Amino acid sequence: MAEAHKPRLAVWKFASCDGCQLSLLDCEDELLAVADAIDIAYFMEATRGHISGRYDLSLVEGSITTAHAAERIREVRRISDVVITIGACATAGGIQALRNFADVKEYASIVYARPDYISTLATSTAIADHIRVEFELRGCPINKRQLVEVVSAYLAKRKPVTPAHSVCVECKLRGTVCVMVAHGTPCLGPVTHAGCGALCPAYDRGCYGCFGPMETPNAPALSDWLSRLGMDDRSISRVYSTFNTDAEPFREEKERHGR
Amino acid sequence: MEAGREQSVLTVAGVEALFAALRDRGYRVVGPTVRDQAIVYDDIAAVDDLPRGWTDEQDGGHYRLNRRDDDALFGYVVGPHSWKKFLHPPRQRLWSAKREDGETRVTADVTEPPRFAFIGVRACELNAIAIQDRVFLGGPFADPHYQARREDAFFVAVNCGQAGGTCFCASMKTGPKAEAGFDLALTEMLEGGESRFLVEVGSDEGRDVLAALPREPATAADEATAIGIVARTTASMGRAMPEGDIRELLLENLEHPRWDDVAERCLTCGNCTMVCPTCFCTSVEDTSDLTGTETSRERRWDSCFTMDFSYIHGGSVRSSAKARYRQWMTHKLATWFDQFGTSGCVGCGRCVTWCPVGIDITEEVRAIQGGD
Ligand code: SF4
Ligand code: SF4
Ligand code: SF4
Repeated sequence: MAEAHKPRLAVWKFASCDGCQLSLLDCEDELLAVADAIDIAYFMEATRGHISGRYDLSLVEGSITTAHAAERIREVRRISDVVITIGACATAGGIQALRNFADVKEYASIVYARPDYISTLATSTAIADHIRVEFELRGCPINKRQLVEVVSAYLAKRKPVTPAHSVCVECKLRGTVCVMVAHGTPCLGPVTHAGCGALCPAYDRGCYGCFGPMETPNAPALSDWLSRLGMDDRSISRVYSTFNTDAEPFREEKERHGR
Repeated sequence: MEAGREQSVLTVAGVEALFAALRDRGYRVVGPTVRDQAIVYDDIAAVDDLPRGWTDEQDGGHYRLNRRDDDALFGYVVGPHSWKKFLHPPRQRLWSAKREDGETRVTADVTEPPRFAFIGVRACELNAIAIQDRVFLGGPFADPHYQARREDAFFVAVNCGQAGGTCFCASMKTGPKAEAGFDLALTEMLEGGESRFLVEVGSDEGRDVLAALPREPATAADEATAIGIVARTTASMGRAMPEGDIRELLLENLEHPRWDDVAERCLTCGNCTMVCPTCFCTSVEDTSDLTGTETSRERRWDSCFTMDFSYIHGGSVRSSAKARYRQWMTHKLATWFDQFGTSGCVGCGRCVTWCPVGIDITEEVRAIQGGD
């Protein structure tokens, strides 16, 4: 047996808002234990570490939006034993994947004073579209308890407990009254992957789909019901046009209801 | 336990005294209360915590609270919660283990549950609890967690004064009158805006509790009124399960096209199983901490609608929505008889109301029966 060495961890950032990395920093209570159990060798948000050698575990945040990023992610793969992507950008392309449905040049010309300085791909894509990924942790942002669970599971060499069923199950586990049935509030919970603990319904709002599609989503059936609740096609298309818009079941549903 | 014939009448003040008496005896009193625009089950301290003057409007995928034009304490039916949340909680730690100095110590979860007094338990719910009793306590292995919560519980039943839009207990022969399994059963009689409650005794403990409350003997007129109330409720069920041998019907129609039809509409969200007062399935989750020194095993409600639930080596056995809906419904209405000797459905209507897209178990049966 090899000597018990502390696994080396790296946290990589691609096109993203940094929110998911911050979830790791937000684990104040757990961070000491994390630092005890693993050697945080590269984490720009928290240390001045630099890339050198190999990493046992790489956490990747963000999507691929430039040719340079597409190259860099291959390098990350090459030097990492295990790659875990974290957050909607890394697992589905993020909100910036709205460009996949539009003309990115036109976007750039509206947003930037000198669009000619902008060198970017026409699409924003998930990390798994580019390299092999061992595990995808969903969410916008990810849930910090789930992050700790995934790292703990990695260290114990077990499967993480991150069920892929609907948000509805989480609503029922915590005893939340269904906002769709009891208030008529449109909710994406039935087609959305669990993980947030049904946060929004617990605060009287419908689910926005931050964790992307659940294991077996039936978005067309939900949309039928949403239209019965009074939503028009444009509004239905829009609820699928957020952080996980390019995840296939959401993309299809968005397109079925308009642009 | 001997069901007493003697009946008495309580006023609202008497019900208040009942709560106090139960608390004095060490019970944790839980019952219906309004929260988030619905009637849920939670701790209640006094009559004022009950949904006084409220009623519910229910249909497939639809629930609204409305004001009544009287001050009835129990003028509604069942809501999103069931008593299963207390007797068979959504999450139950089974054991934990800690490694210290090369030694591993396992600790079983031994937290002693409270003694519950459940207020306003409906007939369908008593039947659902009797079903879960067979599941958890019948057979050679009793579930200690369920048993500890169940055995000392006190049940104050309420005979429904009206039926809900998705209720069908009458056709399941599980209500609306509480026949057994209660300590005390109330029928709310509204006269001139004043509530009076006919009380029936169902156990010795119930008799003892009642003996200390301010009450009057029931008159023949009171008894007739209560019988009339239950008869009216029976006649106004929002739904009905079709007649006939449903078990045979479903088992002979496992390839009926209606299963494809319902699969088109079903979200496989699992709400129906979570709200069902008889559904008992769980998964076991093992977790460990970052340092690898502590681990615990927890039991959590699961559902035949999730992929993990039927996952065995190589994949999920029931991967299609059709297979999962069919599993759920045929278990409830057919194979439950083979497994536990009764139907698994008590006609409470929760799965109909709380299905986000209003899929209705009675309508699905009717469609299969109708052959279309
Ligand atoms: S509020 Fe949304 S997530 Fe919760 S049960 Fe209802 S539909 Fe499902
Ligand atoms: S199957 Fe539906 S109606 Fe029957 S007991 Fe369960 S929730 Fe109630
Ligand atoms: S029947 Fe309704 S509540 Fe049950 S899984 Fe299907 S959509 Fe969800």
